[in-house]
Amino acid sequence: MGTSITSDIAGGVAPPPTTQGFGGGDGEPGGRGAHRRASITGLMVLLAASVMMFAAFSSAFFVRRGLSNDWVDTPLPGILWVNTGVLVASSLMIELARRALHSGKRAAFNRYWSAATIMGLLFLGGQYLAWQQLNAAGYYLATNPSSSFFFVLTCTHAVHLLGGISALGYIDVQALLLRLGPGKRTAVDVSAYFWHFLAAIWIYLMALFLFWG
Amino acid sequence: MSSPVVAAHGAPKGFIRRYIFSLDHKVIGIQYYFLAVFSVFLGMALSVLMRFHLVYPDAKVSLFEKLWPTGAPGGIMTPELYLSLMTMHGTIMVFFVLTTAPQSGFGNYFLPIQIGAEDMAFPVLNMLSFWTTFLALVVMVAAFFVPGGAPLSGWTAYPPLSAVGQLSGPGEGLGQTFWIISIAIFCGASLMGAINFIATTIDLRARGLSLMRMPLTCWSWLVTAILGLLGFAVLLAAGVLLLLDRLAGTSFFLPAGLLVNDQILNHKGGSPLLWQHLFWFFGHPEVYIAILPGMGVASQLLSTFSRKPIFGYRAMVYAILGIGFLGFFVWGHHMFMSGMNPYSAFAFSVLTMSIGVPSAIKTFNWIGTLWGGRIRFTTAMLFALGFVSLFVTGGISGIFLGQPALDLYFHDTYFVVGHFHMIMGVAAIFGMFAGTFYWFPKVTGRFMNETLGKIHFYLTFLGVYAIFTPMHYLGISGNPRRYADFTNFDFLGKLLPIHTFMTHAAFFTAAVQLIFVFNLFWSIKKGKPAPMNPWDATTLEWTVPSPPPHDNFAGKHPVVNHGPYEYSVPGAARDFIMQSDPA
Repeated sequence: MGTSITSDIAGGVAPPPTTQGFGGGDGEPGGRGAHRRASITGLMVLLAASVMMFAAFSSAFFVRRGLSNDWVDTPLPGILWVNTGVLVASSLMIELARRALHSGKRAAFNRYWSAATIMGLLFLGGQYLAWQQLNAAGYYLATNPSSSFFFVLTCTHAVHLLGGISALGYIDVQALLLRLGPGKRTAVDVSAYFWHFLAAIWIYLMALFLFWG
Repeated sequence: MSSPVVAAHGAPKGFIRRYIFSLDHKVIGIQYYFLAVFSVFLGMALSVLMRFHLVYPDAKVSLFEKLWPTGAPGGIMTPELYLSLMTMHGTIMVFFVLTTAPQSGFGNYFLPIQIGAEDMAFPVLNMLSFWTTFLALVVMVAAFFVPGGAPLSGWTAYPPLSAVGQLSGPGEGLGQTFWIISIAIFCGASLMGAINFIATTIDLRARGLSLMRMPLTCWSWLVTAILGLLGFAVLLAAGVLLLLDRLAGTSFFLPAGLLVNDQILNHKGGSPLLWQHLFWFFGHPEVYIAILPGMGVASQLLSTFSRKPIFGYRAMVYAILGIGFLGFFVWGHHMFMSGMNPYSAFAFSVLTMSIGVPSAIKTFNWIGTLWGGRIRFTTAMLFALGFVSLFVTGGISGIFLGQPALDLYFHDTYFVVGHFHMIMGVAAIFGMFAGTFYWFPKVTGRFMNETLGKIHFYLTFLGVYAIFTPMHYLGISGNPRRYADFTNFDFLGKLLPIHTFMTHAAFFTAAVQLIFVFNLFWSIKKGKPAPMNPWDATTLEWTVPSPPPHDNFAGKHPVVNHGPYEYSVPGAARDFIMQSDPA
């Protein structure tokens, strides 16, 4: 079969359009269009689930924070600011790559997309360093509720990010194998949107840690 | 290479690709169905053991001792073993039966065909979703076999009991950990399934199949998927926190100064109520995840077998949406007993009562559909009617429980057990039976035996009412739930004969299910051959051969010109117009 989950949800080689294709009832018919719409919808649904998960953690965060007097704010390691910058820059690179591809600039696309992937890996490495620094300062998962939520939220975000890097890597490989035809545009767009989402979630988490510790 | 999206994958050739790791939504639907059939019999066996123990608590059964050497020393079941059976019964039934068969089983098989698609939007994800569910079931069942056995904390896994580990009971060690991991895996599987259902329904409908031409089954599967998407994500988050409290020493749900078995625990500051909020934010929509697909099936069948359009189609759609929407704002009614600001309780109560409005609309419209119809009392129709009966019976007792003042009394009694078994358990299972008899000819090309089916229906219908109706009386009389033994309480002495009656009714009803099992497997090979559209139904699945070909429509793309319930249309050549008939 040779079909990965990443490619499954992010589109791929669509069958040729048919004269009487699947149009989503109210929409326009056409094979590839329906596949693209389904992929985008699938992504949006996935994002909704992720938002609900972070919302659940956040609501637990605020409830637990107000419960007792054992909450001690976790100091944010300075490297988190560097990581934030790297992730935001990575998101910017992805957008530049996407636009380059739409303009037919393949070389620029490869450059930007690869840079974004590497930045994603750098971000993960930076997160690991942040965890190490906190441990060195005596903050562990169970030290106090604030540190518990810090590790839970950052790890959950990192797991999401691993999924995002897999998607980015998949596109990198496809580009390397010169397989980035029009059928892969949906995969590029879906991966890019997911990456932007991860950057947005990270900014939200930073605000959460910064203002409510 | 197969195309990753929308069923453009070719027909599989080998056995493993065709039947085990299949991408075909129909095979995956059948896999889900039989996973649920296995689970329902496992869950039912546990309930029979529980009912046996409640009536014969001192009976020595050597089989118990063989199965659970520490849980039933000398063949007598301990209260801990009883609680573990209760926990596993509830968990297996809720997650692996009620969540699995109506949505993932029937929905997987029939959603794509009913909307005119070749497959689900993401076939690989679909396959992964099933096998992830299978893994979750394996981990859950494995909880029976780990040291200490299965957990004791109920399907709701309330902390502190579920969070403090081995200290609080034999099953609260590895068994409870397995339980949480299994549920977390199940959440992942459900999220994958929800993505597929929603994207498929929104984007892969055939030309002409507007949302307001979708069969109500598709509407109910869509809304159920949305509920699952939003609910299971929260349960997954809660499960992660609970696991960390158990394994990593965090204090999300565990307060300070907790004394368990003479030991003061090293946790502080957490709150068991936090778990309850997170759990029931998922848990109440879960009730609708179980029942909404049954509502869809009942609507489909009542219209088909009354030879009448569904009464108030749009109202039915809005009622499904209304139930789904309101379902997210009523979780607090599960926590009236936990201590709550009276104003909050009032708000939750009012919102709970308001769900009665769309529920009543549905019931009214089902009756309106039947009114004046030329009713065909097939087995499928009987089960659909049974569904309506059970839904009403279970729903009425819900009105009592939605009021804080009454719930304070009823909450820890058998009244609640009767209520949720009627509306969430048995009604949903009747929906599954109805769907099985209705769609069996499409899946296999053969009918199930109608005579056996009707015997099974009438005996089951009587049986479930015999089991669960007395529970309401017991509850009103103050009979507490979750107790393993009632014989030591004087005030319950007069109620024991009722328990004996219920237990015998449970034995009887469980035995009757063997008729269904025989009918199911016998009919696969020996059932009477069925034509393509045996019920004179209108939706797209009845336009394709039985069983449907690999890509459902053999490369053709249906165009929909009609609504899903055009029966007895004046002036039409026959008493039904299929959705794909010319305009």
